[in-house]
Amino acid sequence: MSGFDWLVPVFLTVITAATPLVFAALGELVTEKSGVLNLGVEGMMLVGAVSGFITVLATGNYFLAVGAAALAGAIMAFLFGILTLSLMANQVATGLALTLFGVGLSALMGQDFVGEPVAALTKLNIAGLSDIPFIGPILFGQDALVYFSFIMVAVVSWFLYKTKAGLVLRAVGDSHNAAHSIGYPVIAIRYMAVMFGGAMSGIGGAYLSLAYTPMWAENMTAGRGWIALALIVFATWKPGLVLVGAYMFGGITILQLHAQAAGLNVPSQVLSMLPYLATIIVLVLISKDESRIRKHAPACIGKIFHPAA
Amino acid sequence: MLFKIEKRPEPSKSMVYLTPIIALALTVLCSIILFEVLGVNPIEALYQFFIAPLNTTYEFSELFVKATPLMLCAIGLSVGFRANVWNIGAEGQLTMGAIVGSSLFIYFPETDSVFLLPAMIILGAVGGAAWAAIPAFFKTRFNANEILTSLMLVYVALLLLSLLIHGPWRDPAGFNFPESQTFSESADMPILIAGTRMHFGTLLALFAVLGAWVMMARTLIGFQVKVIGEAPRAGGYAGFSQKKIIWFSLLFAGALAGVAGLSEVSGPIDQVVPSISPGYGFTAIIVAFLGRLHPVGIFFASLLMALTYLGGETAQINLGLPVAVTGVFQGMVLFFLLACDVLVHYRFRLNIARKAIS
Repeated sequence: MSGFDWLVPVFLTVITAATPLVFAALGELVTEKSGVLNLGVEGMMLVGAVSGFITVLATGNYFLAVGAAALAGAIMAFLFGILTLSLMANQVATGLALTLFGVGLSALMGQDFVGEPVAALTKLNIAGLSDIPFIGPILFGQDALVYFSFIMVAVVSWFLYKTKAGLVLRAVGDSHNAAHSIGYPVIAIRYMAVMFGGAMSGIGGAYLSLAYTPMWAENMTAGRGWIALALIVFATWKPGLVLVGAYMFGGITILQLHAQAAGLNVPSQVLSMLPYLATIIVLVLISKDESRIRKHAPACIGKIFHPAA
Repeated sequence: MLFKIEKRPEPSKSMVYLTPIIALALTVLCSIILFEVLGVNPIEALYQFFIAPLNTTYEFSELFVKATPLMLCAIGLSVGFRANVWNIGAEGQLTMGAIVGSSLFIYFPETDSVFLLPAMIILGAVGGAAWAAIPAFFKTRFNANEILTSLMLVYVALLLLSLLIHGPWRDPAGFNFPESQTFSESADMPILIAGTRMHFGTLLALFAVLGAWVMMARTLIGFQVKVIGEAPRAGGYAGFSQKKIIWFSLLFAGALAGVAGLSEVSGPIDQVVPSISPGYGFTAIIVAFLGRLHPVGIFFASLLMALTYLGGETAQINLGLPVAVTGVFQGMVLFFLLACDVLVHYRFRLNIARKAIS
């Protein structure tokens, strides 16, 4: 058994690297399923990260902090909704604007807190269970948000595919005109989906500033919001596959740390490129099959809805 | 709802020009609130942001120094945006242009040929275009989303720059600082006006503005870009190749961004450093939209965004405002602009007006 003990910290770091991606990608998945493409994930994550961080510094309460992060993300998403849903602005351009705005806003909010440390989110410790060699720390030694991310994957799958509300949401995403003529409130449903996406991105960001590296640094998401967007394509809009993809990317991100620790003679910059290169490669491999993308992607994604009536 | 949004039969011409001004007015209004929150006198802050940076001739010339990379990148991006090609990786293309272009000096520092700088500029364009060719290839060949691939390549380019500057490109006489040796005179952008930092790159940017204007208004490729962007099917029936336009707009944008990167390192920076641009490639997206994707508009928009960089620095020095205010300000401009754009295609009607009167 002891021969594999070195694997435990590897698994643990993979989990912390993957969790923010799970949250952000899962939220954006619901947004996209309703037919809206929000490219502002990166900006919402950053604002969530800094809001969560400031809340912990002020109150010391992690529960409140995660709530604040979710709220901040949802408010950002609401702004996006006003522009794209009510004012019918181009979704691609507005998403970019949201990211640029979020980068600036989070830097401004966090300028007094750069480098200040907070205690990392506490990990579960069940006497007995968490001490089981190997599987103990992995299964029973995580922080609450990791478990929450798994619960959310199940909840989102159940909601999308097993409930009427989920069916309506997917209908709105596949044909907003048809959904509208049956009488579903297309815009209201999209607002909710967009804000859910924002809240989840905010939590994903907060995981970075509260658990992954418990501190605030400008631009600390380092492109994870964009990787989350790529993950959805990779997962062909399926929640379960989002989870698989996020852990794969978590693994690649962590590879660099352990490769360096193992004394591999590769410049750190080359290793840091890996997640970005992997994203490109994965996108290329998945997108190659155009019919598969078309089959799974929500048909109305990115299209503007303006009820003629 | 009190108001009803109604589609205009035709886009409003006057609103196309009015909305940037409305958006700026709203941004100023919002920043007054922001300054109040930050505990700074808003009048003073606005003065420091928009007027103080232009007080002297030198400062005025700095406006063009900052506007040059923005103009070059935004002109390139605007062509793609017109054609619905969403290249958002100008920052990476800029970085690669700087790397490839300056490699000539780094490996042949003794050269004092008059052809050194022109060759570097061309290599800069080639470097930027090559970097943009990657998303173009993946998009046309494998249908991979160019937004994501071009953005991922930004991070790769920045890491590559870091790798070079912490390794082989580091100046051996530079006390181990991650910096290259300073460029020789023949690798420097000539200064246009003595006593300022305004350099030859500004002329290149103005040339790009004029060139793009002529191209979009007078040439077949410009026409094809517009048709493919507005009515892809019609373009298809006319025999225009969508793939060709994707390639063209990415290579064009990449080349201009590459020139922007090279003109930064051999202009105001004068050496290769780990951070070449404070996000010019991203701000250029805002510039392109604020300029209504039109070369002349982009000219003015890049001067305005350059002013926010200068104003941010002035406000930081004189009022202690954080530099991040610039980013918030730039983000707000784009936000309001996109929001106001609804006025171009739609109009607001009072929903209950008639009923209330009768």
